Amino acid sequence: MGRYVARRLLLTIPVLIGASFLIFALVYALPGDPIRALGGDRPLSPAVVAQLRDEFNLNDPLVIQYVKYVGDLLQGDLGTDFRGRPVSETIARVLPVTIRLALVAIAFEVLIGLVAGVLAGIRRNSFFDNLVLVSSTLVVSIPILVLAFVSQFLFGLKLGWFPIAGTQEGLYSYLLPGLVLASGSLAYVARLTRTSLAENLRADYVRTARAKGLPGHTVVIRHTLRNSLIPVITFIGADIGTLMGGAIVTESVFNLPGIGREVYNAVRAQEGAVVVGIVTLLVFFYIFFNLVVDVLYAVLDPRIRYD
Amino acid sequence: MTDQQQMDLRKDEVEAGTQTGLASPSVDVTSGRQNSLWSDAWGELRRNPLFWIGAVLGLVFTLMAVFPQLFARGAHPRSCDLANSRATPSAEHWFGFDQQGCDYLANVVYGARSSLIIGVTAVLVVLVLGVVVGAVAGYFGGFTDGLLSRLADIFYGLPLILGALVVLRSGVLGRGTFAVAIALAVFGWMTAMRLVRSQVIAVKSSDYVAAARAMGASSPRILVRHILPNAVAPVLVYATITIGVLIAAEATLTYLGVGLQRPAISWGLQIDAGQDLLRSAPHLVLFPSLVLTLTVMAFIMMGDALRDALDPRQRA
Repeated sequence: MGRYVARRLLLTIPVLIGASFLIFALVYALPGDPIRALGGDRPLSPAVVAQLRDEFNLNDPLVIQYVKYVGDLLQGDLGTDFRGRPVSETIARVLPVTIRLALVAIAFEVLIGLVAGVLAGIRRNSFFDNLVLVSSTLVVSIPILVLAFVSQFLFGLKLGWFPIAGTQEGLYSYLLPGLVLASGSLAYVARLTRTSLAENLRADYVRTARAKGLPGHTVVIRHTLRNSLIPVITFIGADIGTLMGGAIVTESVFNLPGIGREVYNAVRAQEGAVVVGIVTLLVFFYIFFNLVVDVLYAVLDPRIRYD
Repeated sequence: MTDQQQMDLRKDEVEAGTQTGLASPSVDVTSGRQNSLWSDAWGELRRNPLFWIGAVLGLVFTLMAVFPQLFARGAHPRSCDLANSRATPSAEHWFGFDQQGCDYLANVVYGARSSLIIGVTAVLVVLVLGVVVGAVAGYFGGFTDGLLSRLADIFYGLPLILGALVVLRSGVLGRGTFAVAIALAVFGWMTAMRLVRSQVIAVKSSDYVAAARAMGASSPRILVRHILPNAVAPVLVYATITIGVLIAAEATLTYLGVGLQRPAISWGLQIDAGQDLLRSAPHLVLFPSLVLTLTVMAFIMMGDALRDALDPRQRA
């Protein structure tokens, strides 16, 4: 196991470098001159422009710029944006919002998706089972963008149950955006749980448990559920990374000052350092949670051995 | 990872000639005509109401994309009268009017074309990239596979919308319909690649491939004639669903301001323009959202039904 984790960690290095370089190169290709844009209506003097270009390494070729960036990064320096604010401070400001949003979304996945999946899986082909199947297809088909607007209009504006935007009301203001963000994964969790449970209920050990006279709920909860939930838990774990990167639209519509909205604004304002810093962080999260899940898989299912 | 090692082991065995499969003749010779996977699948599909809902919706929106004038009830999207600005739906004008006083039904109907073109084009590019890279990685294995799989990992780590956002903003692909399609494909080809790769690995060590190789078939021929046909079913399911997913992604990018630009007619632009008027004229967001959702749903339903039909494990 230790060797497996070490090898996986080593494999993440080229992926991280590749992803950050890709984004770095794309940001480098962004049109316009960000330094000139800084001055606004009053053009900066040539001396100031030259000094700023030098400070941000804008005169170096792409690869040199990237190497200098990674050099700073390895010393814990994410650089500064063009207004002199450290990128690390920006990330520290917006990251908690996105983490909270992702956690709320995960909570919905477990609460609604898992419960619906279990109930559907126990009674296969029942009315509830078909309801879960059809509604999960419908939910998956609604684009997040549409779902965000419709729920904002319906539950925020018309019914007034939830705040329309912002984070003023603490955890409560995360509920609606969290549900919207979770919707697609929620439907998937319900389906995955249902399929997995229904498959396990046909297994030999379940028949044995029933044959020795255990009551139905004990068979389901103690025996079947524990095995059926392994793929679900791993999906939910890996989903944390995906949700954090997928929050651009949700955060924009609900005006949450999180990573997604920040990176969107940074792309528009050509704040290269911010874009590269946040994207690299997102890729890291994504890889990290996938690794955790793979290791968790072996812990939960002793049949799986990685060495 | 373990699966792959097992597959690689099997491949090595085949190549070393220790287990060519010639020694164990197939006993599973069934008499009489057997239904093929596809005719079985069609029989299954025909009885699935979700498939028919998806297919009818898909057909309607395809017709709408090709002949929008059939659906616009005689109105033209660009003939507008400011006197009608933001008028609500009526018997004459089912979807009402937008800010500029243009008939909204006509505008929504004419929006189908760009969405469908982008969805279908992007999926075609995804398929080409995914099949080529996946087949090469799976068939040659070893270093080639490692390199291409890491490449896929790199793109996997970047969220689709975020990657496409940066590419489109940077302008390296230019602007317009095809730029959006390519941007979506560039950040969306990895799943197709992994699908094809795993299918190729699964069948490349089978007896008939060994037989083809023994008869002197070249690698490209083995790949195209003997291995890739096995990957058609899962790839078809994936492609159908992905058309829907990418249509939604296009609307999102356009809404974020980096996709299609005015004066193009697009659902994303309509939602974007309507969002500021959500309080006073909610129908401006509602109608394009509804039609967008139905379009996405059409493809996802067809893909879902196709998967159920093509997966024999689901059959009773």
